[in-house]
Amino acid sequence: MHLNRIAAIVLRQFYLIRSSLSRVLPLFVWVSVDIVLWGFITRYLNAVTSAGFNFVPVLLGAVLLWDFSIRVMQGVTMAFFEDVWSRNFLNIFATPLSISEYLSGLVLSSIATSSVGLVIMLILATMIFGLSFFTYGLLFVPFLLILFLFGVALGILGSAVVLRLGPAAEWFVWPIPALISPFAGVFYPLATLPQWMQYLSLLLPPAYVFEELRKIVSGNEISASALLWGGSLAMLYILLACGYFVRIYKHAVRTGLIARYSVESIS
Amino acid sequence: MKDPKHLQASSASKVLSIAGLRKRYGDKVAVDGISFDVAPNEIVGLLGPNGAGKTTTINMVLGLLEPNAGSIRIEDIDITRNRSQALERTNFAAVYAPLPGNLTVAQNLRIFGLLYGVKGISERIQEVLEQFSLEAFRDVKCGLLSSGEQTRLGLAKAMLNHPHLLLLDEPTASLDPAIAREIRTKIREFIGKGTNGVLWTSHNMYEVEEVCDRVLFLAHGKILLEGNPKTLPPEYGKDTLEELFIAVAREPLTLAAG
Repeated sequence: MHLNRIAAIVLRQFYLIRSSLSRVLPLFVWVSVDIVLWGFITRYLNAVTSAGFNFVPVLLGAVLLWDFSIRVMQGVTMAFFEDVWSRNFLNIFATPLSISEYLSGLVLSSIATSSVGLVIMLILATMIFGLSFFTYGLLFVPFLLILFLFGVALGILGSAVVLRLGPAAEWFVWPIPALISPFAGVFYPLATLPQWMQYLSLLLPPAYVFEELRKIVSGNEISASALLWGGSLAMLYILLACGYFVRIYKHAVRTGLIARYSVESIS
Repeated sequence: MKDPKHLQASSASKVLSIAGLRKRYGDKVAVDGISFDVAPNEIVGLLGPNGAGKTTTINMVLGLLEPNAGSIRIEDIDITRNRSQALERTNFAAVYAPLPGNLTVAQNLRIFGLLYGVKGISERIQEVLEQFSLEAFRDVKCGLLSSGEQTRLGLAKAMLNHPHLLLLDEPTASLDPAIAREIRTKIREFIGKGTNGVLWTSHNMYEVEEVCDRVLFLAHGKILLEGNPKTLPPEYGKDTLEELFIAVAREPLTLAAG
């Protein structure tokens, strides 16, 4: 791995964001809207339900963490889409850059962009709605880590799908978090779901995070093994997503799709 | 101008060495078992009608397309086994591969400088900007450049890493005659400086005759003719390289048999 090549991918993203308001605003506008919206919803729920249960750490905390995971995924795919939109594959893949360096660059870009959203969400949630992270304690770190890893896996998977199917396929990528969220138990305990959905939830790392988050808030003992399992699953998905991306890339090199990649040419 | 036969015989270490290269898309054979070398200090013209297999060959040399058979070695490094190492000493410019239009000239050059591992990157960017008369556009977004300026930028990018092998796919296609001549001079200077080699495709036969040491005529994925662009036309009863090109495009079988 050559750090200068990874740095090139990150630098490209930095240049693009720095010079474009339409790239800066999405880093924090939508997550801010989400936090404000869910902040007021939790306030309302606290007002109309019986005293004693605080929705802020359960709902608002979960929304914040889930939004972070989505931002990580979008950070990876957005950095990849920049090459799609500028039809840059020919230039970039004719350099010594390896696929592992390219993916590392996309992930590092995503760390930078998703961190901006996370910081904004933390400020809004704590200052306006009184979300206290002392409630979660040090477990906030593994929660973030698992959701980060899962976001990375989804981002690489989404990029591979677009590499395989062409630029128009980006519309398959945007709804992925919305499709996953009912199974991930972001807003409710998994026990609420029918049995068949619960089986699918077991395959989703975020489901372990949100279940444990609710346990902490309820004062129940958390399961370290559940978090470990969630983290291991997320790692496994990253490996599978990378393997899939490499496979799609090799297919594109074998069939000539990389050389001819442009709007609609793939389909 | 060098004698191509002399070049073939004497160059033990080739800049580019291609053997038995073949690429098939389904039933269609795009490149059919071609073999050739590019020697140090040599400009080889890859000529042929549209669809002859020129760009397919260049894409395979750049590692963008996997051959079905054959080998590609850049300074004796096998591109399929050591892709990054082989591409560190290679670069290319093509009219169909403009640099991203949403970045400035200097930003693009810095990014590609990092990708190619260029040392002293700021100084090198300044050098290529001056070399291709692009200083005035340093902070201009590439999408705002004229096609001629974009072509010069593509060439500046291609020279950034002091490549030992330079692949140029119709590099002067969108340039006016004065700038095209300037570019040809710069590329000849580039060849004269070290032990570099150039593989050049063009449909401008005047340019090919002026620049190339040796030409390869490709038709239906096969090399039909090879030789010095100045002496090749009379060998086949043609007055000019352009006439020979047209003959290759229209009657490749006759020429191959001859």
